[in-house]
Amino acid sequence: MLTHRLGVASRHVVLITLCVVALGPGYLMVTGSLKSQSDFLDHPWALPGNPSLGAYRTTFNDQFTQWLLNSVLVTFSAVLMTMVIAALAAWGLVNWPFRGRDTVLGITVSLMVVPPVVLLMPLFQVGAELGWISTYRIVILVYVGLMLPFSIYLLANFFRTIPASLLEAAALDGASPFQVFRRIVLPLSGAPVATLVVVNLLWAWNELLLALVFLQTDEKKTLMVGITGFQSRYSLDIPTVMAGMVVATLPLAAAYMFGQRYFIRGLTAGGLKGE
Amino acid sequence: MTTDVASVGPAPRPVRRGLAHRLGPLPWVAPAALAILFVFAYSMFELARQSFQYEDAWVGFENFSLVLSDPLFRTAIWHNTLLLLAVPVLVLLALLVAVMLFETRRGIVAYRAILFLPYILPIPVIGVVFGQLLQLNGALNGTLDGLGLGSLTHDWLGNPQLALWTMGGVIVWKEVGFGIVLFLARMMSLPEDVYESAKLDGAGFFRMHWHVTIPQMRPLVIFYVISEAIVMVSWVFNYVFVMTNGQGGPGTSTVVTELYIYRTAFQDQAPELASAAAVLLFLSTLVLIVGFFRVQRADGGTFGD
Repeated sequence: MLTHRLGVASRHVVLITLCVVALGPGYLMVTGSLKSQSDFLDHPWALPGNPSLGAYRTTFNDQFTQWLLNSVLVTFSAVLMTMVIAALAAWGLVNWPFRGRDTVLGITVSLMVVPPVVLLMPLFQVGAELGWISTYRIVILVYVGLMLPFSIYLLANFFRTIPASLLEAAALDGASPFQVFRRIVLPLSGAPVATLVVVNLLWAWNELLLALVFLQTDEKKTLMVGITGFQSRYSLDIPTVMAGMVVATLPLAAAYMFGQRYFIRGLTAGGLKGE
Repeated sequence: MTTDVASVGPAPRPVRRGLAHRLGPLPWVAPAALAILFVFAYSMFELARQSFQYEDAWVGFENFSLVLSDPLFRTAIWHNTLLLLAVPVLVLLALLVAVMLFETRRGIVAYRAILFLPYILPIPVIGVVFGQLLQLNGALNGTLDGLGLGSLTHDWLGNPQLALWTMGGVIVWKEVGFGIVLFLARMMSLPEDVYESAKLDGAGFFRMHWHVTIPQMRPLVIFYVISEAIVMVSWVFNYVFVMTNGQGGPGTSTVVTELYIYRTAFQDQAPELASAAAVLLFLSTLVLIVGFFRVQRADGGTFGD
């Protein structure tokens, strides 16, 4: 009994230590953004003595606001388009079974692990030929293409679980496939759609490599591209760098706090089917 | 559903239905198919074509032999290989923490939420923050000094012997939460009676998890190993780019294949060499991708929908 209790206590000690390690960098970032440079260098882990929002003012006076808006625009349009296209495709694949469909789905989901750096150059060359470098449409188009495989896979897996009797009844009532899709399938799909929106938002918001290559002018950059240069621009002003990082993280962190289970469900969906 | 209707229809209809049936999914699938074909199929075809050409002339395997004899490319490949050593660390750590959480139960929701948090943070942000944390006079060394562990302080990112391992550590910090959550979810869904009977047989902590938990989780562990191996081989660009200002430094100590491809293509303006390097990277991940594909299918067969 005693050993059991000791075991429980020591497990909590280990777990709490791990949580401190997991949260440490985030703590450093948030408190650092409220400190002065010397305060940060002297006492990195201390709470800010006289918290100041000065670093945030500097951040927003820079091009940060523009980058933030760019990220919002690119992320939202790419995710919206992905959701619409993926839902149609997934329903098409589930509703009209054909030979080799499962292979098509399997290959599609395997595409999600193709490294983007492999696709980068040919896509860049197409973009250059079309004169689309430093435009949002090329980034959005490529993001949609990259998000589709997993989105189709997840939705198709869900659509398959919709009871056939529901759909048959509607079809007998003379509803067209599109009506069945809109009135029956979509209203049932709230949870997987929410999960997918969250995962895709996360991916598109955090994406760096493609945005770096495609968005070369300063006023078109997304936040992730912006902050990589931001770091060297303010190398002598760590609080401002940290404030920038907080702004770049905040939308996600806020979403994570409210929709944690959607994040967890979505990000583990590749490994945990049907759970 | 449609088959039912067709089977009660008059004789000629099934034929027309059949055709409509076959073309039915087309308008639904077409937009996705076009986007995927453009982003994946076209790109990969173009990439393969360019890797065999120089200024539009066919040069056979010349680009490949140039790339393979480039010491920097070999260094980059070697660095990715070294990073693979982080995979067993991740698996063990994630399994251990998942088991601990599973046995503890109390506070599991809060622990899980916190331990998963690093996994959702943007890598550029992680790179910048760790870049500060790991400075020679940064917060980590300051803490070690304060704890009287001054001998453990290092120039984590400035020492070429150490920089890659530091990078690996940061990747582990981010990726381990994914494994913990994945494994924990599976443990929670294992039938209780398996554990009950193991306990009655007098199995201790390690024996029980070794003989009961681990075998049950085999497909999931394989999935995690493959996913993380793919990360180490072909998704570490962001860390290196942000933490070394795009240089892969100090010296060439953190140059990875992705960075090599990026710099060869966009800084050295040698797209044909970059294409050859990208083809080689793709072929090496292909092994992993095929593995991923097979795990996916096997998964679907055992406990899928």
